[in-house]
Amino acid sequence: MRLEYFEMIDRVESIDLDAGKISVHAYVPKDSTVFEGHFPGYPLVPGVLLIEAMAQAAGYLILANEKFERMTFLAAVKEAKLRTFVLPETALIVTSEIEHDGAGYTMSKAAITADGKKICNAKLTHRTLPFENDDLKGHVLERARVTGLLNEG
Amino acid sequence: MSSTFDTVADIISDIGDVEREKITPDSHVISDLEIDSLDFLDVAFSIDKEFDIKVPVEDWMTEINDGNADAEEYFLMKNLCAKIDELKSEKAA
Repeated sequence: MRLEYFEMIDRVESIDLDAGKISVHAYVPKDSTVFEGHFPGYPLVPGVLLIEAMAQAAGYLILANEKFERMTFLAAVKEAKLRTFVLPETALIVTSEIEHDGAGYTMSKAAITADGKKICNAKLTHRTLPFENDDLKGHVLERARVTGLLNEG
Repeated sequence: MSSTFDTVADIISDIGDVEREKITPDSHVISDLEIDSLDFLDVAFSIDKEFDIKVPVEDWMTEINDGNADAEEYFLMKNLCAKIDELKSEKAA
């Protein structure tokens, strides 16, 4: 994870488009400027960034489902529960499952665990829209390659 | 149409916390019933589930935003229910 750049996902472990499921790895770094403020002397991953990690895992799943032709944007977070503090150097597993694939929007469930222990979970709504420009699409495709979401050739 | 109307009105009443009696065929979902675009995603989700269709939310919004359709065409209750009935018929065909 590079928290400052909102790069929350390190590697896609598995994705099943037929079942509408994804599992990804995210390793919390030892150091980050985020920890200088959250909190001084007691570094914790902010809950909003855990929600962002879940949103990105769901977003990756939707991107692949849309064959990378449309961008996903988080629109709603429901029933978010942040159960446990997350410290630096924690290995996270982020999972997501599509509940409903609508026309222009997707409802999903997402969760994070560490060592099999529940960290957080939420229900998410994403809108899907055409890519605003080629720069954005190029960046998204590059992250998809780096994380193993997109395997070409 | 009538059963579609009752079902959609129940959904909107529940999601938008609108009194059921206030919802009529001539109610405008957005301006009268105060369902915003985010609430409408929840409404569309429930409609999709209830009728086993896919309400093309994004296409409708694009048409309206591009000036190719009036919001009333999709968001007046009677028109919305007619569109849903069309989608149900297309699905059944």
